[in-house]
Amino acid sequence: MEIRIIVNGAEKRWNVEPGELLIDVLRDNGYKSVKKGCGSADCGTCTVLLDGRAVLSCSVFAASVDGKSIETLEGLGSEQQLHPIQQAFLDASAFQCGFCAPGLIMATKELLEKETVLTEDQIKRELSGNLCRCTGYENQVKAIGGLMEKKREGK
Amino acid sequence: MTNDPTRFRIVGQNKEKVDARGLLRGKPVFTEDYFPKDALVVKIVHSPYAHARIARIDKSAALGIPGVVDILTHEDVPRIPYTRAGQGYPEPSPYDTVLLDNKMRFVGDTAALVIAENERAARMAVKSLKIDYEVLEPVLDFEKSMSSTAPLVHDEKDSKGIYEPSRNIAAHYEMAIGDVQELLARSPVQIETSYYYPKSQQVALENHCTYAYMDPMERLTIISSTQVPFHARRILSKILQTPPGKIRVIKPRIGSGFGSKQGIITEGYAALACLKTGKPVRLSFNREETFINTYTRHDMRVTVRIGAELDGRVNVIDMYALSNTGAYGDHALTVAMVCGSKTLPLYNKVQGVRFVTDIVYTNLPNAGAYRGYGAPQGLLALDGALDELAARLNRDPLEIKAINSIRQGETSPIFQIMGEGREGVPQIARSCKLGECIDIGKNTFDWEKKRKAYGWDRRTSETVRGVGCALAMQGSGIAKVDMASATLKMNDDGTFNLLVGATDLGTGSDTILSQIAAEALQIPVEKIIVFSSDTDVTPFDVGAYASSTTYVSGNAVLDAAKKVKASILRAAAGIFETDVEKIEVIDGCVKNLTDGKTLTFAEFCTLCFYGANHQQICETGSYVGEESPIPFMATFMEIEIDLKTGKVTPIETVSVVDCGTALNPALAKGQVEGATLQALGTALFEELRFSETGKPINASLFRYKILDRCSFGKITALFAESYEPTGPFGAKSVSEIGIDTPTVALLNAVYHATGLRFHRLPLGSETVFNALKTKQ
Repeated sequence: MEIRIIVNGAEKRWNVEPGELLIDVLRDNGYKSVKKGCGSADCGTCTVLLDGRAVLSCSVFAASVDGKSIETLEGLGSEQQLHPIQQAFLDASAFQCGFCAPGLIMATKELLEKETVLTEDQIKRELSGNLCRCTGYENQVKAIGGLMEKKREGK
Repeated sequence: MTNDPTRFRIVGQNKEKVDARGLLRGKPVFTEDYFPKDALVVKIVHSPYAHARIARIDKSAALGIPGVVDILTHEDVPRIPYTRAGQGYPEPSPYDTVLLDNKMRFVGDTAALVIAENERAARMAVKSLKIDYEVLEPVLDFEKSMSSTAPLVHDEKDSKGIYEPSRNIAAHYEMAIGDVQELLARSPVQIETSYYYPKSQQVALENHCTYAYMDPMERLTIISSTQVPFHARRILSKILQTPPGKIRVIKPRIGSGFGSKQGIITEGYAALACLKTGKPVRLSFNREETFINTYTRHDMRVTVRIGAELDGRVNVIDMYALSNTGAYGDHALTVAMVCGSKTLPLYNKVQGVRFVTDIVYTNLPNAGAYRGYGAPQGLLALDGALDELAARLNRDPLEIKAINSIRQGETSPIFQIMGEGREGVPQIARSCKLGECIDIGKNTFDWEKKRKAYGWDRRTSETVRGVGCALAMQGSGIAKVDMASATLKMNDDGTFNLLVGATDLGTGSDTILSQIAAEALQIPVEKIIVFSSDTDVTPFDVGAYASSTTYVSGNAVLDAAKKVKASILRAAAGIFETDVEKIEVIDGCVKNLTDGKTLTFAEFCTLCFYGANHQQICETGSYVGEESPIPFMATFMEIEIDLKTGKVTPIETVSVVDCGTALNPALAKGQVEGATLQALGTALFEELRFSETGKPINASLFRYKILDRCSFGKITALFAESYEPTGPFGAKSVSEIGIDTPTVALLNAVYHATGLRFHRLPLGSETVFNALKTKQ
């Protein structure tokens, strides 16, 4: 079947099989930032935004996103100008291998676009589904806390 | 080049991770990102039995499925015994594996390979392949493996190097210094205690995966998530009967490994399928396969006997480790030896010490390399025993550990006796700031105050708190075995290509190696273009393991940089028509001291390319450690126990590390923090579990939990000021040591809180709850 979707602002028409998962369709179409760490909705590496909401693309049927808008990490920042989330993570040395980064950055983007400004404990809880095995999480939480602080000041 | 840390310009700084921007923008840099859509899919057909022999295989139904290209079984490949362990040659692991076997040794073992045009066809073929098994009785309890009635895991005739196959002993080692029995007998205080370390898993978030294709010159090219590209090339050459020159192994970015990728696993199957079909193939493990078909920690029972004086001085330590290597002996001997060799020298004041180990087979998934590599298991028992000694003597455990531990300038005879799978080398602790680690940690953590403030008598109606400490050591590469090399090539814009065989698996080694080159050449780190690793392009390096990269590969980079500098001086002397002594390299320029004329590196190299003095400035440096300098660490932990549930929660962990110069403090800190979390996971809940028939019951991230960002309290990683004279700009290793202490520190803290000594990890709340009930 054909689905019509918007990926990172660009309209796409893709033929997908019933039963095909969003993660596989995205990766097959070149959106390689979307990572498969478990395939069972347990690790968060495949997080993308679906109409602004963070979803685990390994657990979403591609056919079900017809007519919707998807954001992946490919849509964020440029060589000249990193997205503020990317810059904050860079400044905080928040990653080692970087495999979990795409999912965590997209999940963070959803948090920052929500109305409320979250405390550090709330950030930890909200992002507990995005696992990282390399770091002690601390620098990631600090980076996101800093972004929350900027958001508060911006208000 | 200076050895004065206060004058370092590039090392010791938190330079940006060289691959960070690409990773943060989601660039396609990992192995699976290189898979072309139309590559053939390879899948493993797994054994449903823990111990069985393949009696008959009927491929017809599976081959009839549209899209199925081929099915490979033991009938299709020659039997070439080897070890999958990615170690130096000759490997100190038994050759007890063949690529495709007719005997299955654990649930999930490889019975056959399916090659198909797409995932769906491959999956259907896996289900449709008919295999008749002759089911054998398995041995699943490693404490019963050596019994005379236990079934034999390896009864094949062609394996080599198994210590005693008729008793399921993959490897055995023993050593003794002094009369241990006599010393124990005449020590007024004796402790004997055993601890169990669980079969945990590395859980690198990127699953194991390999892409293999024949290049236009018909050479087998492997892109793989591996820590050991050069070992992979050598071992693949052996099992595929293809010369190494016909094989190229490329390591792109790696989604971490922690030792699990120090084995030739997916590479062997993908390479075989590629050679058989002549077509590009891809093989990705799913999470369950990564849990079961790669490596796990060697679970061990470690018994320690200590003889001590009444004042707490330890006279003698006797350690016995029974290690479970699972179905195959990958890293069996070496991990078990590290259990002793990287723990016992820490307490070097003894008059006698003995270490004996048996490493046994079971019908369970393969154990292998995992960060710490035996030291966490040994330390769990050794530090636990010292904590028990302190309790017996009613003394502060930190004090008991401190007075018995090694200091700068001291040595231990164990260094010479025990290496990894062979003899070691004599060495003294040239840099050792363990005392400083203890002092800094004690003050930061407020050890003495907390020790008084917590404990069973200070519990509330709901909770009780306690504190524990532990000391640790590790190494920096395997002395006289691990070799690394690096090539530095000058470009006509003043940049340098740094080609290293060292395999950055996420740790940041590309970054610190660039920093070393930049510091040595006194140029900005941005002028270094680092590339790792490709067996066709980069010079040899054993790979990323044994905490070797900073020290061994770092020294190789330093050697290359010194040679490049010498080449630049020689070439510049030619251009300036003067003596080498009259030339200076300074701030990215060559300067003629006689007339003050300078050329920038860009101008100089352009002249080398196009001027009169044609040449490529390019040098390769190599290094093998004469010693394996020891990083040290002191860890302090505070925990809280919920008395209603028995749940143990870490409140605060302070670790102070002596890793020599921290070349990039932010990256070094990340290593310690990440290792702390991994260890806390093992302490609290990480353990692969199996049914009574050997079926894995929690091989998914849903059932095998790793720590998320909510449940471990505060972690502080600090560094004691230190300088290792043999290290690159004073550096030693930092990647493994952080995982050694938190497990035992947590048990020690639980003892302080409750007076209950637990000897088995992970420490589930149910265990604590039941023990507390008995106590109350």
